[in-house]
Parts: sequence; structure tokens; C-alpha cells
Amino acid sequence: MDIEDIEIELFVRAMQLRHGYDFSGYAPASLKRRVQQLVRTHDMKDISELNRHVLHEDGFLARVIEGLSVPVSEMFRDPKVFRALRDTVFPVLASYPQINIWQAGCAHGQEIYSLAILLEEAGLYERSQIYATDFNDAALALAQEGIYATRDARDWSRNYQEAGGARSLSDYYSARYDFIKLDHRLRRNVTFANHNLVTDDVFCEAHLILCRNVLIYFSNPLQDRTLGLFRDSLVRDGFLCLGTRENIDFAPSAIDFSAVDSSLRIYRLGGRLAK
Amino acid sequence: MNAWNAILMGCSAGGLTALQHVLAELDPDIPQPILVCCHTGSADVALLCELLARHSRLPVEEARERAPVRGGVVHVAPSGYHLLVEPTLRFALSVDDKVAYSRPSIDVMFESATDAFQGHLVAVLMTGANADGAEGLAYVRRHHGYAVVQDPASAEASAMPQAGLDIAGADACVPLNAIAGTLNRLCLP
Repeated sequence: MDIEDIEIELFVRAMQLRHGYDFSGYAPASLKRRVQQLVRTHDMKDISELNRHVLHEDGFLARVIEGLSVPVSEMFRDPKVFRALRDTVFPVLASYPQINIWQAGCAHGQEIYSLAILLEEAGLYERSQIYATDFNDAALALAQEGIYATRDARDWSRNYQEAGGARSLSDYYSARYDFIKLDHRLRRNVTFANHNLVTDDVFCEAHLILCRNVLIYFSNPLQDRTLGLFRDSLVRDGFLCLGTRENIDFAPSAIDFSAVDSSLRIYRLGGRLAK
Repeated sequence: MNAWNAILMGCSAGGLTALQHVLAELDPDIPQPILVCCHTGSADVALLCELLARHSRLPVEEARERAPVRGGVVHVAPSGYHLLVEPTLRFALSVDDKVAYSRPSIDVMFESATDAFQGHLVAVLMTGANADGAEGLAYVRRHHGYAVVQDPASAEASAMPQAGLDIAGADACVPLNAIAGTLNRLCLP
């Protein structure tokens, strides 16, 4: 066995035994790159040195979590998905008196604000409750602030238009120098909370769950477990939206979902027989 | 038993034409899986796959998350994701930060495939206007690999193959029209 692979196993054990974080279900290829990146970021010699810090330096944990958590997204990433949510999913959600939406793995919150904008424009925001969760507290804090680099806003404006946005994205933020700040009213019905998909249980009863490009970092058994968690969290006929290149064909729990739009990875709870 | 576990190809600017050229002359009996990373800048590689399939005698597909890496198939990295190979020889995707200003990054694919196959890969670096792939090529070579670099003089954009030569060196540095022949010679059973 490669020495570095042994070091990574020791890293995973150290995180588990010392801090209670379980990365053993992460897919090895990208976990390895992220751990190597941590070593480079902190200018360390090797993973063994990283492991020493994990074991002996209490304050270091947050930085490790930062390095191993869901990466930054963009607003209205894959505009077609947001258009489909607006055109196909929202009309169904509109039939509920109270709408619960859970974004699992919200990272820096770009998709939360995207969703909030579309809900506002569909006239559904007032009766929506959005739960934005992540296992990285630092990311949650940034998500709550809603401050992003101005240079990203141009691409996001285009995405917003392609997603079928009714106004101009700039109506929803104030720009100052190099930063934009999303209108704080967009988060009046958003609850930010720490939740770890690997170890925590059902978070809420949801009509729609968004979890895009999070499960791609999970091995098959953990992907399957998480899909089961989503199944148990969704109301009957509730919706699940995954990343557009995710593959759930190998997960036994996929049987509980049927595709609403298979190319956009929008599913609905309800076995294939029920459809 | 063939000495090489897989063929990797990386390219950027001018990559479509170069890939079409190579795939057209690649022997359909090549048993290795072929992994392609080409920066396209478009949101989807469906069109790239289609344009390559028209010339290729081997089947061309977008690499699918969790699906097995198959011999005799050209797997193309999807747009916007890094393409990795798990030790189980199945594909994985990531949206982690760009590497060498690129996602998909050739470096990531070269390094990850090298780990998964435990070396002994043939890697090809062709035309491109940036330095992605050079570090990956060096990694391939350090793990009993064979590096084929397109002669920068024959490349539509010379920066990528030149960076490959400067950083990794090459086991063969040949013009575009000799790349397929080199691969056929190395890889046919």
C-alpha cells in the first residue's frame, strides 16, 4: 500500500476518534486531493504533519472542516434546473398552504438566494420556510451574510436571465466596490443550521430538497444512506433535486424516487410503480 | 498481458481537431480505456462527443459518475467537473476549485487515473494555450508511465505541449499525424 494512502487512512481515523467527524464514507479520489490541498494550504511537509495538527491543535479543526466541505457554488448554476423548478415544481408546491424547502449542503449560500428570488417572483415566498444546512459553520456564517465578489455577479446575471428571472438580478443586491450584498429580506424565511449528512438524522419534513453536487463526494453506500435520509424527510410526492451529472442508478434507495426530469436530475418521491 | 493500463489524452485550444485526427487513426482493437480531457468552455460536452464519434472507430461517451471505466471506449470528461477515477476503477466527479485555471483539469485526471490504475499509463498531451497537464504528465512518468507530447511546432497552440516538455519531458515527442501510430504501436496486443 502506498504510504500516502496509509497517511490518509490515519487522517480519517484521527478525525473520527479525536473530533467525531466521519469521513470514511467519502469517495477516496477526491478526498485524497482535498487532504493534499490542506497540506499545501498550510505549508506542511506531508499528511503525517497534518495529522499531528489534527490530533494536538484544537483550533485547527475548523480549518480542516473548511477544506473538506462542499465547495463554493454560483447563483443559478445550471439555469435550466432553476427554470424547471420554477415551471414544473413550483406549481405543485403552490398547492400546499405551507412550503418547506431544505437545501442540504448550502456552502456559501448562492443557491439559497437563487431559490429565494424565484420563490419571491412566483409569489410563494411568504408561505415558504427554507432550511439551509451545512456541516461547516464558517460556510454557514458566510451564507448568512450573503456577500459575494462583484466579478461573479455578471455571470450570475446571465444565469438568472436564462433561468427565467422576471427582473434584473441587480434589483436584489446592493453593490459596493468589489462586493455585492444580497438583499437581507431574501433570508427572512431562511433558517441556517448545522447539519451533517454523514452522521445526523432527518432534519425536517420537506416538500422540496435541493442537494446538488454534494453526493458526488460520497461513496456508494453513503450516497444510498443519504438518499434514504431524503426519502424519510420528504412528504409524499415531495421533490428531490440533485446535480445534473449525478448518478443514482447504483443506489438501492433510488427505487423510491421517480424522475420528473431525468436529464436535470429532478425526482419525486414515489416508487416507479406509483407513477 | 499488455504493459499499459489506460490511455489518457489532454488538450485545450485546437483540441477538437487534434482529437478528431488521432481518434480517426486509432486502431479499433485497442483494448485499453481512453480518457479524454479537453477544455471546451461550453456547458455541455454532448456536442464534442458527437463530433468526435463521427471520426472515431472506437465508441465515444461522456464519462458518467460511478460508472465503470471500460476498455476500448473513449470516455470524455464532462464540462464544469473534474474527472477522477476511484480505486474501484469507476468514475467520480468533483466541483472543487479549478486546477491550473481549469475544470475539468488535465492534471487532476492524469494524477487520479495514475493512482487508480497504480501507474503504467500512456498519457498524451496535445495542443493548448495553457499549462494544464504538465504536472499531471510528470506524475504519470514518475509512476512507470509513457508520455507522448505533440511536437509544439505542429500544434495549433504550442503552450501546453511546450509546458509538458519543460516540466515533465517526454518519451515521445511527435507531430500530430504520428500520435495515433505511436499509440497503436504501444497499445495493440
